[in-house]
Amino acid sequence: MITFDSIRKSYGVRNVLRDVSLGVRPGTVTGLVGPNASGKTTLIKIALGLTRADTGEVHVGHVLADPGGAYRERIGYMPQIAHFPENLRVHDLFDLIGELRPSTDRDEELLRAFQLHAEFDRKLVTLSGGTRQKVNAAIAFLARPDLLILDEPTAGLDPVASGILKQKIRTVRDEGRTVLITSHIMSELEELADDIAFLCDGALQFTGSVDALLSDTHEVRLEDAIASLMRKRRPIPSAGDSGDESADRPKLRLIAGTAGKRS
Amino acid sequence: MSAARNVTSIVLRAGLRDLSRNRWIALFAAGLFVVTQGLFWFGGTGPQVMLSLLNIMLLVVPLVSLVFGTMHVYGSREFVELLLAQPVPRGRLFTGLYLGLALPLAAAFLAGAVAPFALHLGAGATAGGVLMLAFSGVALTFAFTAIATWLALVAEDRLKGVGASLGIWLAATVIYDGIVLAVAASFAAYPLEKPMLGFMLANPVDLARVLVLTRLDSSALMGYTGALFQHSFGTLLGAVIGMSALALWCAGPLVLASRKFRVRDF
Repeated sequence: MITFDSIRKSYGVRNVLRDVSLGVRPGTVTGLVGPNASGKTTLIKIALGLTRADTGEVHVGHVLADPGGAYRERIGYMPQIAHFPENLRVHDLFDLIGELRPSTDRDEELLRAFQLHAEFDRKLVTLSGGTRQKVNAAIAFLARPDLLILDEPTAGLDPVASGILKQKIRTVRDEGRTVLITSHIMSELEELADDIAFLCDGALQFTGSVDALLSDTHEVRLEDAIASLMRKRRPIPSAGDSGDESADRPKLRLIAGTAGKRS
Repeated sequence: MSAARNVTSIVLRAGLRDLSRNRWIALFAAGLFVVTQGLFWFGGTGPQVMLSLLNIMLLVVPLVSLVFGTMHVYGSREFVELLLAQPVPRGRLFTGLYLGLALPLAAAFLAGAVAPFALHLGAGATAGGVLMLAFSGVALTFAFTAIATWLALVAEDRLKGVGASLGIWLAATVIYDGIVLAVAASFAAYPLEKPMLGFMLANPVDLARVLVLTRLDSSALMGYTGALFQHSFGTLLGAVIGMSALALWCAGPLVLASRKFRVRDF
């Protein structure tokens, strides 16, 4: 449904993504996981065209993601931070998104489930963080997109709302649509995800099904499997650093090597 | 896909809806209105009011456009990201966002500073003068809003962006006058016509000042650049040149900001 081909992105000297290639199968929920600052959000932003990759291509259903942005007709995006203009009312925002993506077949299931119609005349700035996140979620699903990109969707939602959203994600998947989701809550991904893509230091360390990940790492729970992947990466310095160290400071490199063996 | 829908006007309408309820813009309009009415009550006739108002406008309009503009662009960053994730071309989106910011500010200026002249018709202000005041104020708003937008897109850090916008305001108002005075005094023995006209064209605030003053018959207040401008071009040609230069001051920063918006990483 969405494929990333050799995506590279750096901000100055910092390599955020180094040659990331990933294919998300249609009709699945793929969990994009990784430690903080591993490049998850950058990868998502490149998929949406918010950020341009230095090299590499993104295809959405065999269509090249171009600057014109027509391919985004097929994507619904739920950003991590929901921050809306202060003086717009809730219905203004839904009208705006509805006008930008005209469709006769609007998906208002989340609007109803979250009871957002009752909040329609409130100003967005007066909404609580959780309600704003509900609005944010409802907007992503509104145009019935084929591909949903959700950045930490349940953060800030109460258990009931988060249950509703998770149910909606399952429904969407059962309809044959595709979901790419980032989360730090592994139990949640264990419930939802079919596939896992583990991103660390800007490179994909694992891609495959949840079952394959569990058997590879000999763990029972996803949380432990991811933790063991993270531990494995820890002692290995990035390519640039190790080059400098071996040239200038052989002693430090030796110490780093023994520490790696011990863990 | 559906080519008929107009992204610019959709985004513009949302921007107008948002900022028409903004209390800072309402305060800006109300403040200008009170000052203008006050000048009519205490000062008397149209030309005098316009002269006092001009001096206020030249300071306040650029300041409000720059500071409010940069703050607004920084504040709507996440919202812009949400809009960019929709199937919309960036160029159209930018036009909608810019107009959604500049039009409410310009409307506030017109309602606060120009509308009172309609309430005091026959107080001696010429229609040409009032129109020139309106044009200059609106042009300053558009120019400095475009500069503010560009600054906020270029400077990643909010503090730096607002700081730079204050710096530009100081340069265009206080520092500029100082430089003109210093140059005029130091090089009094040399022919200064061309460099001085260059100075004037390089500063939208001075351009706006001279444009309105040429309509007011108070050449004594024109200062060095204004008198020179009037002398070199006369009233009509001067107005055409001045207005074109002000229009360029709107277009230039706008093109810069638009270009930045289209290639920027969000």
